[in-house]
Amino acid sequence: MLEKLTNYLEFPFVRYAIIVGVLIALCSSLLGVTLVLKRFSFIGDGLSHVAFGAMAVASVVNLANKMILVLPITVISAVLLLRTGQNTKIKGDAAIAMISVSSLAFGYLLMNVFSTSANLSGDVCSTLFGSTSILTLRSYEVDLCVALSVIVLFVFVFFYNKIFSVTFDENFAKATGTDVGLYNFIIAVIIAVIIVLAMNLVGSLLISALVIFPALSAMRIFRSFKAVTVFSAVLSVFCALLGMFVSILAGTPVGSTIVAADAAAFFVCCIAGKAMGRN
Amino acid sequence: MKTEQIICKNAVLGYEKTPVVENLSFAVCEGDYLCIVGENGSGKSTLVKTLLGLNPPISGEIKRGGGIKSTQIGYLPQQTVVQKDFPASVWEIVLSGCLSKSGLRPFYNKAEKETARKNIERLGITDLSDKCYRDLSGGQQQRVLLARALCAADKLLLLDEPVTGLDPVATADMYALIETLNKSGITIIMISHDTGAAVKYASHILHIADEVFFGTKEEYLKSRQGKMFLNMEGGE
Ligand SMILES: Nc1ncnc2c1ncn2[C@@H]1O[C@H](COP(=O)(O)OP(=O)(O)OP(=O)(O)O)[C@@H](O)[C@H]1O
Ligand SMILES: [Mg+2]
Repeated sequence: MLEKLTNYLEFPFVRYAIIVGVLIALCSSLLGVTLVLKRFSFIGDGLSHVAFGAMAVASVVNLANKMILVLPITVISAVLLLRTGQNTKIKGDAAIAMISVSSLAFGYLLMNVFSTSANLSGDVCSTLFGSTSILTLRSYEVDLCVALSVIVLFVFVFFYNKIFSVTFDENFAKATGTDVGLYNFIIAVIIAVIIVLAMNLVGSLLISALVIFPALSAMRIFRSFKAVTVFSAVLSVFCALLGMFVSILAGTPVGSTIVAADAAAFFVCCIAGKAMGRN
Repeated sequence: MKTEQIICKNAVLGYEKTPVVENLSFAVCEGDYLCIVGENGSGKSTLVKTLLGLNPPISGEIKRGGGIKSTQIGYLPQQTVVQKDFPASVWEIVLSGCLSKSGLRPFYNKAEKETARKNIERLGITDLSDKCYRDLSGGQQQRVLLARALCAADKLLLLDEPVTGLDPVATADMYALIETLNKSGITIIMISHDTGAAVKYASHILHIADEVFFGTKEEYLKSRQGKMFLNMEGGE
C-alpha cells in the first residue's frame, strides 16, 4: 500500500495536487470560527453557489483560466452580500437565498443549453463535488492557487487581532476607533477568495463543510481563539492529506473523501470534548 | 475654563426616526465625572451609544472637542451579545481593549500586554486569565469587560451600569477604582441606577426623563427632580 502511494508521488501532478490541497485546507480552516460566529456561514453557502454560477459561465464561454472570471464575481458578491446582510437581517437573508438559488439555477441552465461537452452531467457533477479536478490542475492554476493561499495566510496573520476583535464584539471595536467596515470588507474578500480556492479542492457544494467542520471540531475541545484557530488549521491539513491519500489509494472522489474525513474528525472531537468534561 | 470634550446641543436621540430622548443639551469637560440617571427605557444607553457614534442622532448636534479621538475612549456596554459558543480566553478579550492603540501593527507590544495584565490584576481576575469567557459567572464576565474598557480608556471612559452583577465588595472596589481613574485625569461618564453612589462620586448629574435635568451634583440635590428621585430611592 505504501509502495502504491510512493509510486503515485513520483508523478509531479500528484505532488502538485497535494501541495495545493494542503494550502487550500489550511486557508479554508482559518476563517471558520469567524464565519460560524458572525453568522456568516450562510454567506459562505450563498457564495459557493455564486461561484458555481460563475464557473458555469466560464465554462460556457470556454475560458482557459476560469478563475479570472470566478474570482472577481465571487469577491464582488461577497462584498454586496455583506452590505445587505448588515443593514437589515431578514432582508439580507432573503437576498442571499435568492442570489444563491438563482445562480445555481442559471449556472445549470447555461451549462445545459450551451455546453459543447458530451458528458454534461459529468461536468456539472465535477463542478459541484470537485471530483478529480484537483489532479488535473494545470501548472498556472497551481501557481495561482499557491499565490492566493499565501496572500490569504499573510492577510489573516497580519489582521489576526483585528479579526478577533471585530468577531468578538463589533460595537466595542467600532466605539473605540477600529475601522469595523474596513475589516468586515477584508473578511468578506478573504472568504470569497477561500471559497474560490476551495472549489478546486472539494467542489462548490462541499465548501461549507471544508470551511466550517475544522472550526466546529476545534471549538469542541479548545477554549481560546488562538488555540481554536491553530488546532483547526492543523486538523484541516491533516484531514485533507488523509482524504487525498485515501482517494488516491481507493480511487474515491477527492472532495467527498476529504469532507468525510473532516466529519469523522468532528465526531472524534465531540467525544474527546465530552471526555474532557466540556460540551 | 476646562476644555469641553463632549458637547451636545438640542439633540434628539432615537432609533430609525422614532425619538426616545428629545431636546438634550449638555457638555462634558475634561476631568468631569458625569452620572446619567433615569428610569428603565428612558434612553440612557441610547445616549451613550449615540455619544460613541454607534447610533446616529435624529437631529441636533453632538460634537467631540479637546482633540479627543475614538481611540482614546473606553466603553463598557450594558449588554454584550457574545455568541454562546465563542471561544475566547479572558486574556484575549482584555488584550483586545488595546487594539485601537496598536494601530496597523499586527501584534501587541510589551507595553500593551503590560496594560492588559495590570487591568486584569486591578479587577482581581488574574486567576481567571486562561479561562474561557463563556464559562464565567455573570459578575466575572462583567469584570472582564471592565478590564477591557480600562485598557482602551486613555482620556474618556463610558460605563453603562458598571456595577450590575458585581458583589458588594467588588462594587465598592469598582467605585474606588473609577474615582482613582477620574482623579488621574480620565473623564468618566457613567450610567447608574445606584443614586446613592451617583450623588456621592459624581461631579455632574444628567437626569433623563420627560423633563431633562443637567447640572452639577449640588444643583441636582436642590432641584425638584433630584429631591423626588432621591426620596423615592430612600423610601424603598
Ligand atoms: N435597537 C433598538 N431599536 C429600536 N428601539 C430601541 C433599541 N434599543 C432600545 N430601544 C428603545 O429605546 C428606548 C430607550 O432604551 P435604552 O436602552 O436607551 O434605555 P435605558 O435608559 O438604557 O434603560 P435601562 O435602564 O433599562 O438600561 C426604549 O424604549 C427601547 O424600547
Ligand atoms: Mg440601559
